Amino acid sequence: MEFIGELYSFLGAKKKLWLLPIITVMFILGGLLILAQGSVVAPFIYTLF
Amino acid sequence: MYILGISAFYHDSAACLLKDGVIIAAAQEERFTRKKHDPGFPHKAVQYCIAEAGISAADVDKVVFYEKPFVKFERLLETYLAFAPKGFKSFRTSMPLWIKEKLFQKSMLTKELEATLGKDVKWRDRILFSEHHLSHAASAFYPSPFDSAAVLTLDGVGEWTTTSLAIGKGKDLKVLKELHFPHSLGLLYSAFTYYTGFKVNSGEYKVMGLAPYGEPVYADKIREHLIHVAEDGSFQLDMSYFDYATGLTMTNKKFDDLFGGPARTSETELTQREMDLAASVQKVTEDIVLEIARGIAEETGEKNLCLAGGVALNCVANGILLRENIFENIWIQPAAGDAGGALGAALAVWYQDYAKERTLSNDRDAMQGAYLGPVYEDAEIENELLACGAKFHKMDDDGLIDSVASALADEKAIGWMQGRMEFGPRALGGRSIIADPRSPVMQKQLNLKVKYRESFRPFAPSVLREHVNEWFEHDSDSPYMLLVADVQESKRRKMTEEEDALFGIEKLNVPRSSVPAITHVDYSARIQTVHEDTNPRYHAVISKFYDKTGCPLVVNTSFNVRGEPIICTPTDAFKCFMGTELDVLAVGNYFLVKDEQDPALKENYEERYELD
Repeated sequence: MEFIGELYSFLGAKKKLWLLPIITVMFILGGLLILAQGSVVAPFIYTLF
Repeated sequence: MYILGISAFYHDSAACLLKDGVIIAAAQEERFTRKKHDPGFPHKAVQYCIAEAGISAADVDKVVFYEKPFVKFERLLETYLAFAPKGFKSFRTSMPLWIKEKLFQKSMLTKELEATLGKDVKWRDRILFSEHHLSHAASAFYPSPFDSAAVLTLDGVGEWTTTSLAIGKGKDLKVLKELHFPHSLGLLYSAFTYYTGFKVNSGEYKVMGLAPYGEPVYADKIREHLIHVAEDGSFQLDMSYFDYATGLTMTNKKFDDLFGGPARTSETELTQREMDLAASVQKVTEDIVLEIARGIAEETGEKNLCLAGGVALNCVANGILLRENIFENIWIQPAAGDAGGALGAALAVWYQDYAKERTLSNDRDAMQGAYLGPVYEDAEIENELLACGAKFHKMDDDGLIDSVASALADEKAIGWMQGRMEFGPRALGGRSIIADPRSPVMQKQLNLKVKYRESFRPFAPSVLREHVNEWFEHDSDSPYMLLVADVQESKRRKMTEEEDALFGIEKLNVPRSSVPAITHVDYSARIQTVHEDTNPRYHAVISKFYDKTGCPLVVNTSFNVRGEPIICTPTDAFKCFMGTELDVLAVGNYFLVKDEQDPALKENYEERYELD
């Protein structure tokens, strides 16, 4: 819960609350990907991501 | 007040501890875990820092992480949105990692700190985050010997920023300008690192070392198609040639078409084309660094420049920048890469959050020669060597210095482990392999039989500060091996017409000066000046070698083999000594000769580490 509060105040401070619905969708999509993959592997150019 | 700086989770994790703004200890995690560029949380480096200070975990007042994960996540999302639907492959790979781990970095850090330092402290309340480029800028300015300076940071990318200009005055550090992702000089260089068949984030040195064998025939093409540079040095990349913003590689088909073929496969033969590509991207990088520097000098009127970020490790560009005299003085953070972010983040908290006054030491920077890592006392060394089964001679200081200098003069390759370990990517006479630079076969021998690395790679000299201008076209301090200068004309060997006509790697076999082992094919050398006050023992051994031979410099390369992190402990030193064709090992006051060791202790070291 603390994380959600922190993320919300970060987006508020950056005037980027419009990202919130996108983040929600991405969370759902990302969650599905985790379920599908089973493991998490760092991408090739790991400094960027 | 104790502040612990941490960089982690991408590459080169590190920890640094400040006591009232003074650096007590700093080290990279890879040195302890023996995993090159270790990206994990720096458990061992943190434990070392706390032990070095002789404090308990509860004494740590603040822990500061070197970048802001939320801002990075914001960049990721906006980049994916900007390029959508392209980039799904990259999204699919990176998003689970973020959702599972990286986005919850505060919780992750808390857990890691509890695992490392115990649960008695409420770590969550002590954690702070600094911005990536502010961490770099702080690491460049606060330890510098300047009260006032322009600060330039250049790297691949942090959160959004790839290039930043800040102004430092006393304790204040203010960012004036930034260039944002995906427009990045570091990533342009990395794209060519990838394209020439080397590993991104570690092969950039190789591209720089390869450049003098080639001609910059592609430089115009790069400028014409890949990068647009404005008058003030700011730049923009044409992203249609690159894949890194959305894909899992650096370059794409259009890039291949522009340069006439696909990227070189790793470990295949290097051709003149790769050398020309390396020379071209190096030339463009140097030109852009100069243009940015001129723009900064004009805009700020500052006489001093501080540099940090991965691109600041391009010592060839740094040397040119110094010689162009755009600034009167230049200071470069020796841990200019992400490891140095741990230091910068901690310094930023001390000077900015706590607004502490900054006092300058007389004529030295605050890095203590970058000797900020572990040191081993004689008793510890002896115990470790005995446990390894080593045969050694214990000597007094003078005896050791004399024996090492004599072995150097006899063209022996020597493992030299003395005093505190260096912080940053360079070995500076704390964990070094040293050798006679006058030997015409030394470069090849060290590369192939000791370091097990590509024969084209050059070696650097450690030269007594008081003699530097007799041997090199350079007369200022370069204690961190971050500046390149030419060998003095008087020390060079004139090429015959036949030798002059040689191309590419053939140039390597022709001695170019009276110190061929450290003279690159373009007569340049990456200089480390050795100072009596920061490393007296290293200064003493080179002085003794000078007395014996008239040569005030030695070859200095890091004490490791290709793919291995630089050694940390006496045990690491002995293993590397026995696994390579090093002749002599000097650890503290202990002198070891290869021929006296039990041959059964030799091991196949060459294949032990993954190639970098």
